Amino acid sequence: MSGLLSEDVLSHIGKQSEPRREIVTRRDIRKYAVATNNRQAKYLDGDVAPPLFHLHLFWDVVPLSELSPDGVSIDSLLPKFPLEKAMAGGLDITYHKPIKPGDWLTATRTLTNIYEKAGRSGPLIFYEVLMEVRGDDDELVVTEKTTRILR
Amino acid sequence: MSPAPTVGMAIPQRQHYCDEVQQMLYNASLWNGHRIHFDMPYATEVEGYPGLVVAGPLMGDWLHQVVDEWLGDAGMITGIEYSNRIAAYVGETVTSGGTVTAYDEATGEVTLEVFVKNERDEVLTPGVITATLTLAS
Repeated sequence: MSGLLSEDVLSHIGKQSEPRREIVTRRDIRKYAVATNNRQAKYLDGDVAPPLFHLHLFWDVVPLSELSPDGVSIDSLLPKFPLEKAMAGGLDITYHKPIKPGDWLTATRTLTNIYEKAGRSGPLIFYEVLMEVRGDDDELVVTEKTTRILR
Repeated sequence: MSPAPTVGMAIPQRQHYCDEVQQMLYNASLWNGHRIHFDMPYATEVEGYPGLVVAGPLMGDWLHQVVDEWLGDAGMITGIEYSNRIAAYVGETVTSGGTVTAYDEATGEVTLEVFVKNERDEVLTPGVITATLTLAS
């Protein structure tokens, strides 16, 4: 290990975002279903949301002035990492309940881990973000763990 | 879904051709302004890609869709693990598909290994999906 990760960077582990509460609309479901070229009527009609719809519902909406020059919104949950080139990441999602129009859902994101590993061509930084989506009854609807790799 | 799942069986594959319009609508629906998906000079000259990069989560969506179409109303997806290993570019035709790797008749839980691959047969997006079949009572 090259010890890339300072105490300050590691101190961000456990940081949590402000909960975000959004309403699911039939129109949003239909737009998402069309944009993904879904072929099933229940999604195209917006009766129920297809899996992965939570990405659409909770993608960060930030002012244009807060986008970086490449058009990406800066994730306020993350510290400034000593490596910045993003590599492939992975997702691990559990679907607990279907999502329907009229549902109010709240997402909370937590930075759950930061660690480094030696890669073939140099050190790699991994970080993990857990997103929990709950209904107004506080029951889990979707759990999503994202792992991202920087080199 | 017609036949009962058996370990080793392949589900019907699907081809996906993502053009500029679908790519624009998809990223707009997410609210994703990343230039590599719609700004050709930026994608090729600044980032060095051979073309416009298909959004990673769209390929993740196709993994879900190929299984979800196979399930129809006979079950629902309960989880997925996948990673985006290799990029796809607007104008390419990619194929999604999968194979049943486990099936528990008692619980109705089925596990499939799934993929999106390109015309060169490279797996771009490997994954594992679990689903629960509604059991006939």
